[in-house]
Amino acid sequence: MTLVFMEGNEAVARGAIAAGCNFFAGYPITPATTIFNNMLKMLPPKDGICLQGEDEIASMGYCLGASMAGKKALTATSGPGISLYSEQVSFAIGSEIPLVIADVQRLGPSTGSATRGADSDIQFLRWGSTSGVPVIVLAPKDAQDCYELTVHAFNYAEEFRCPVFIASNKEIGMTKESFDMDDLDLPPLVERNLYSGDNYIPFEAAPDKAPDFLPIGGKTLVRQTSSTHGPDGYITIDPDVIAANQQRLRTKLHAARERISLYEEKIIPNTDTLVISYGITSRAVEDAANILGQEGKPVSHLSLKTLWPVSEQVLIDKAKNFKRIVVIEMNLGQYVNEIRRVLAGKQIDFYGQMNGVLISPAKIMEVIDNA
Amino acid sequence: MPSFLNKNRPPVFCPGCTHERITSGLDNAFMDMGLAADKIAIVTDIGCSGLFDTFFNVHAFHGVHGRALTYATGLKMADPSLNVIVTMGDGGLGIGGAHVLAACRKNLDITLVILNNFNFGMTGGQFSATTPSNAVVGSEFLNQAEIPIDICSVAKSAGATYVSKCSGLDKALAGELVKAIQHKGFSVVETLGMCTGRYTKRNKLTPAVIDQMIEKQGVSGGVIEENQRPEYGELYRKLAREKTRFPEPLVVEKLFDLPHPQRQEIVILGSAGMRIVTAGEMVCSAGISAGMNVSIKNDYNITVLRGQSVSEILLSPEKIGYPGIESPTVVLALSDEGVARRKKIFGTLSPTTFVLKEKSVAIPETQAWVEEIDFKAFKIKKQDWALASLGVLAKKEIAINKEMLTFALNSRFNEKVFTLAMETVSKVLQY
Repeated sequence: MTLVFMEGNEAVARGAIAAGCNFFAGYPITPATTIFNNMLKMLPPKDGICLQGEDEIASMGYCLGASMAGKKALTATSGPGISLYSEQVSFAIGSEIPLVIADVQRLGPSTGSATRGADSDIQFLRWGSTSGVPVIVLAPKDAQDCYELTVHAFNYAEEFRCPVFIASNKEIGMTKESFDMDDLDLPPLVERNLYSGDNYIPFEAAPDKAPDFLPIGGKTLVRQTSSTHGPDGYITIDPDVIAANQQRLRTKLHAARERISLYEEKIIPNTDTLVISYGITSRAVEDAANILGQEGKPVSHLSLKTLWPVSEQVLIDKAKNFKRIVVIEMNLGQYVNEIRRVLAGKQIDFYGQMNGVLISPAKIMEVIDNA
Repeated sequence: MPSFLNKNRPPVFCPGCTHERITSGLDNAFMDMGLAADKIAIVTDIGCSGLFDTFFNVHAFHGVHGRALTYATGLKMADPSLNVIVTMGDGGLGIGGAHVLAACRKNLDITLVILNNFNFGMTGGQFSATTPSNAVVGSEFLNQAEIPIDICSVAKSAGATYVSKCSGLDKALAGELVKAIQHKGFSVVETLGMCTGRYTKRNKLTPAVIDQMIEKQGVSGGVIEENQRPEYGELYRKLAREKTRFPEPLVVEKLFDLPHPQRQEIVILGSAGMRIVTAGEMVCSAGISAGMNVSIKNDYNITVLRGQSVSEILLSPEKIGYPGIESPTVVLALSDEGVARRKKIFGTLSPTTFVLKEKSVAIPETQAWVEEIDFKAFKIKKQDWALASLGVLAKKEIAINKEMLTFALNSRFNEKVFTLAMETVSKVLQY
């Protein structure tokens, strides 16, 4: 048997290469910098382009320009960089520019702690743009997940023409670990739909789909705009056109919600408690559940990988037979609000921790026992 | 050659606005150059200059305020065959100043046309980065307390390879734009113009005054000789082409069987410069070579040459879940700084935990099995203490053995470093 040995950030980079990423731009920031370092080593030999922007805003701008020219672009940052990305994220969402953004989260708010982990940005990633249009956020729990979910992220970005976030964490990104490459479960690659007719209207699309793509620089002239636009890509004030487009931006993701709901579960028959978690914390939850099982007090657990759009049906179906839900998060309560919303009426207990330290299995067992 | 102007979307500027003249100047430049529409991309900023993309039948990219050059950079790098033209007002110049400077320094083959009309026209005539201090504008007195920027001087000092300043009303404008577009590298054309809707209502600015301003500011247009250098995209591609070796992942094969593989939680407490992380990764490679799953977390200061350096390593026959240390089986106490960082763990150690303590290091009270070693007596330098400690573990067959360690060192170091490392390890293996 052979194992690879790499940190989560390297796994994101390798997943991106496997997904056909050929453009990266970023600005150094702990704990995300090593994604940039890795892409800088990996892209040139594959004829890809890797740039360091003058700041985070520029890095995003480079990616958006390159993506509109047909490149598959990745950028990587941490919380303070996501703050700066925000205006460009809004642009990418509203103007349907495919892009993958790795957020290797650190302890916020603000500058916070460069080398301390936390799932700081879970609601920020969802709502850190104007308009409230949904985004896709995937949360890896380990290096192997970083690789796999990055491939999924590119597929979703291409299919839905939207930014897709990878909500990693310092504790994954900068933790080096072994895994078996043969265990990777990679989806077939998806590329953006290229328009093949002879009258290209850049934002024309079915009510639940992203528009077909043609690159800026190709034979057919392409318009891209950050302004409220109709299918033709020109600014519009027509309320019906505006309403249809706003609705489509929501529907294209929500209609596919169940299909893009990724999760792991261990449901043990006749248990009354379901522990829900995501990211690095779900590893401690699994350990805690194993120990409790050995002690004759088994619990079930659900580890979410797609955080946004919220996998509502998955939550409802999985929670149905449980008396009690316990949610554990490496923050003081962000995603638990979604779970409380979807599972209204259930007993939902919560433990969150935001002190730069991983939540231990012992703490989780205590929460499960005492809550 | 036919015009590139979009007949369905004629310019919508206020009567007398210089932007309209610049629109036709740009169109004439494209025609004079005989460019193909699909080889032009106009990237526009926000404000009145941000309307330009709608007037032309070319590729168009209209983004958010101040960032036009960033999209232009991505487009041009992705498709070097495109003629990328950026239109930006004095507003975009102010808010996107960092991008203007970066573009000057990069020298990517993009043409930046700055439509300077001395104020924010669209939002009510507020002062911009180019508003004169004595102008009467929509920001009350605020512009009186600042001075305007001369972007041409700034661009020149920031390394732009082509800079020109001209009147937007100049008949020679199209020719100026042709020269700028044809220049291979980053070119800046600052056009001065009249905002008839706002600025010229309260300020005496006429075509003649603009001409005087250009004469007075004395920027000789065109190629900046002292800044000439290769175009960024070509230079980038030349440098990138030399990078041909794709870094494959580190793969470690299982070579050894441990009689009783057991979970190990190893903490190395040291300081910057003691190669703590390297030693930690050696333990990991050694572990994988014996079929273990491994993980390593490191804790060091952002100022990497000072302070503690702590590695926490897990070796486990099972897949690793929680990657934190809960009950260490091995603690290597190699510096006081490192010990201080994790002093709380010593009270929690079990009697079976092996603590190797360097003679000079003080540790808190513990019930663990503590052994002391005097590396100085072995003539081992501080930077090799972590490595030497692995020799102690291998000798005692705690967590790793000699074969595993030798394999790890051999697979990660070149021959010279490996030989030196083995010399260090051998010293303690004999002890």
